[in-house]
Amino acid sequence: MAKSFTNQRMIINTVVAWGIGLLIFFPILWTILTSFKTEAQAINDPPLFLGFDWTLENYSIVQERSDYMRFLMNSVIIAGGSTLLGIVIAIPAAWSMAFVPSRRTKDILLWMLSTKMLPAVGVLYPIYLLFIKFGLLDTRLGLVIVMMLINLPIIVWMLYTYFREIPVEILEAARMDGASLREELIYVLTPMAIPGIASTVLLNFILAWNEAFWTLNLTAAKAAPLTAFIASYSSPEGLFYAKLSAASTMAIAPILILGWFSQKQLVRGLTFGAVK
Amino acid sequence: MGRIVLNKVSKSFGDTEVIPPLDLTIEDGEFTVFVGPSGCGKSTLLRLIAGLEDVTAGTIEIDGKDATQVSPAKRGLAMVFQSYALYPHMTVRKNISFPLRMAKLDKAEQDRRVERAASVLNLTDYLDRRPGQLSGGQRQRVAIGRAIVREPAAFLFDEPLSNLDAALRVGMRLEISELHERLKTTMIYVTHDQVEAMTMADRIVVLRAGHIEQVGSPLELYHTPRNLFVAGFIGSPKMNFIAGKEAEKHGAHTVGIRPEHIMVTEKKGSWAGVVGVSEHLGSDTFLHVHETGLADTITVRAGGEVGFRHGDRIHLTPRDDVIHKFDTGGLRSE
Amino acid sequence: MATQQSRSAARIMLAPAVILLLGWMLVPLTMTLYFSFKKYLPLRGGDLGWAGFDNYVRFVTSSAFWPSIQSTLIIVIGVLLITVVLGVLLAQLLDQPMWGQGIVRILVIAPFFVMPTVSALVWKNMFMDPVNGLLAHLWKFFGAQPVEWLSDAPLFSIIMIVSWQWLPFATLILLTAIQSLDSEQLEAAEMDGAPVLARFGYIVLPHLSRAIAIVILIQTIFLLSIFAEIFVTTGGAFGTRTLTYLIFQRVLESQNVGLGSAGGVYAIVLANIVAYFLMRIVGKNLDA
Repeated sequence: MAKSFTNQRMIINTVVAWGIGLLIFFPILWTILTSFKTEAQAINDPPLFLGFDWTLENYSIVQERSDYMRFLMNSVIIAGGSTLLGIVIAIPAAWSMAFVPSRRTKDILLWMLSTKMLPAVGVLYPIYLLFIKFGLLDTRLGLVIVMMLINLPIIVWMLYTYFREIPVEILEAARMDGASLREELIYVLTPMAIPGIASTVLLNFILAWNEAFWTLNLTAAKAAPLTAFIASYSSPEGLFYAKLSAASTMAIAPILILGWFSQKQLVRGLTFGAVK
Repeated sequence: MGRIVLNKVSKSFGDTEVIPPLDLTIEDGEFTVFVGPSGCGKSTLLRLIAGLEDVTAGTIEIDGKDATQVSPAKRGLAMVFQSYALYPHMTVRKNISFPLRMAKLDKAEQDRRVERAASVLNLTDYLDRRPGQLSGGQRQRVAIGRAIVREPAAFLFDEPLSNLDAALRVGMRLEISELHERLKTTMIYVTHDQVEAMTMADRIVVLRAGHIEQVGSPLELYHTPRNLFVAGFIGSPKMNFIAGKEAEKHGAHTVGIRPEHIMVTEKKGSWAGVVGVSEHLGSDTFLHVHETGLADTITVRAGGEVGFRHGDRIHLTPRDDVIHKFDTGGLRSE
Repeated sequence: MATQQSRSAARIMLAPAVILLLGWMLVPLTMTLYFSFKKYLPLRGGDLGWAGFDNYVRFVTSSAFWPSIQSTLIIVIGVLLITVVLGVLLAQLLDQPMWGQGIVRILVIAPFFVMPTVSALVWKNMFMDPVNGLLAHLWKFFGAQPVEWLSDAPLFSIIMIVSWQWLPFATLILLTAIQSLDSEQLEAAEMDGAPVLARFGYIVLPHLSRAIAIVILIQTIFLLSIFAEIFVTTGGAFGTRTLTYLIFQRVLESQNVGLGSAGGVYAIVLANIVAYFLMRIVGKNLDA
């Protein structure tokens, strides 16, 4: 009796949850499906779900016509470079605050967070101007720097919350064992914090990859990443659904995969440790 | 070699002084135990010696050299932490050899020392495991192994046994004492457990609120406690304190009598009382005696075969030759 | 709890991050403040001298200002309502035992990882297009007249797109919060005779209140500055010009930097008000 009741509830839960899950996921699924259609099939009336001739031609067209690989490289360099640079700057800072806290630590942390809340549009022109002045406009270097700066508070915060879980005694043991500060960071703290550092890298890579205000406003042709590449489809000519879908699929696929690995860390990173 | 001299050492956190100026000399090769209730500053004192905290004033000398400003890495001391503080990402072998790697010893010497430490500590079979795969006692031994391979001037132990269960604690206590006999290296050991202090120490330093209450060998502390605090802290069960008329008879403000120095008889004795709870340990029986008119409870340590029950009227007679006398300030008077 | 040595090392190691962020904050902020008091038209004469509070007054008195505030509020509140309400329900559902829970979670979270330009374009073209969009097909299937989503119901359409992106965020955080609820509390309430709805109202919701507050605050900060979704769908037309978009247009499209900067200062003040409350919650959590 009780067992069949739970079974019944399991079935209802499963059906409802899967239904809603698929509904939410549907736009992504539809985009992936459409990327394998011809342009004519893509706008077929009625819409074709699975009964179409699967083709890969859109992918090759996208690459040929718009040099997709270049945008992809820009995205990888901007997201990867800014994340790595941020990590290198953030590890010492997070070490300081987690293991040698002072009365000002909390204020510094909150202040760092507050820089993240600065609306980008409020400082758009100054940054634009500075970029022109220093020749950074439409360069990868410029975007690496900006992306590093906007994500640095999150990186410091995430590392800080991970570091705080490491008992300070272990670092003290290293100190007693004759390790210098540098050796303490390299041989003890960093390897122990690898899982935390990895999730921080992952989340920030995703955030930088998807950032679409600075990338749209500070790049033109040379340094434009995938966000800008996709935006160029907003005023296209001719039939383009299948190509848009192929381009979109290529732009989101890597991140979808990375994102699945980082679900848990996402919460901690985006709520600054306030929800765990 | 490890003679450690503390000279007017004091420590404050902000405005609170946790250790008022304090002098202490720890002789080379001595096993010194810092003991006291929690919050007495014993761990802080150890961390000052280790260099993990700065002294607020005063100097620390190690082997005749001023080490006050020397970083913990360079003081030549090894420490065993309460949580063992093993490096979870390293194997036992790597953990033990870590200080040697930091000291840039050559590989062959590292291996030789690790092997030796492992055989002394019965860790040879576990060298390739990680700390997470070891039992509490084994982790403890790895922590000790990591300390001994450096051949330090002195070992610092910060409540190393408090995370172990009772049976293991007794075993490790013996092992550490054994180790001290073998190495003859200075050891400073912090604990709140007076049994550990009594059984292991050459010399005990009793601390309260950052003050040194008394320094002496275990038996000195037992036989001639300098004040009421030490008298009450050392010895188990606790010493009985009696004030008032009975104390005046002995010309003191307070007298202290250890439970083991009171005789129990059914009839006739100096004091009368009623038995409350009696704890039978087999070898001994602890009687808690009430209604004596002397103190709330008088604890008596009697033989294991004593058959008194709750509510029995009995008589107590203290041994006059081992009564401790204290003056109004709580200091021993004699 | 440390030595002088490690404290000075800590200061040195903290310095790069602090200096960089300080520069990142102060330099542009000072420039924005400076420009906001100038009549500055880079393409039409450049720096034309001081303007006092002229820009601030002109920005709020321009005919575009109040509508932009209105659209901003509609979008922010609309998205918050949808994501928080659906997020609570969805989190509650995902917390139940079921088959393939992990996969459903992934399906639900996926939209958050889609870059904003992609989701805006996919929705605009493949779903909301009045001729070829999937929604148009659906409407026709039921015999209704397809809707010109982005011109007839532009704010609603943008709210839909943005909600789709942010629902996963709200759900994920609320789900994490629900999972941290001590199940014994619920069992105790069940033993005390509380029915399902009462258990939800008296135990689950109060437990979630802090997480909900965090979701609202963080989303508000991000939603106040949504850009790409408007940039690639309506380009600010049809009453979808938010405060952020208005400032963007003033600065980069009409190159009226003084006016745009004054708007930027307003946006910064607005964001700071929200940020203040978020900081208080996060700060409290730091102490715990």
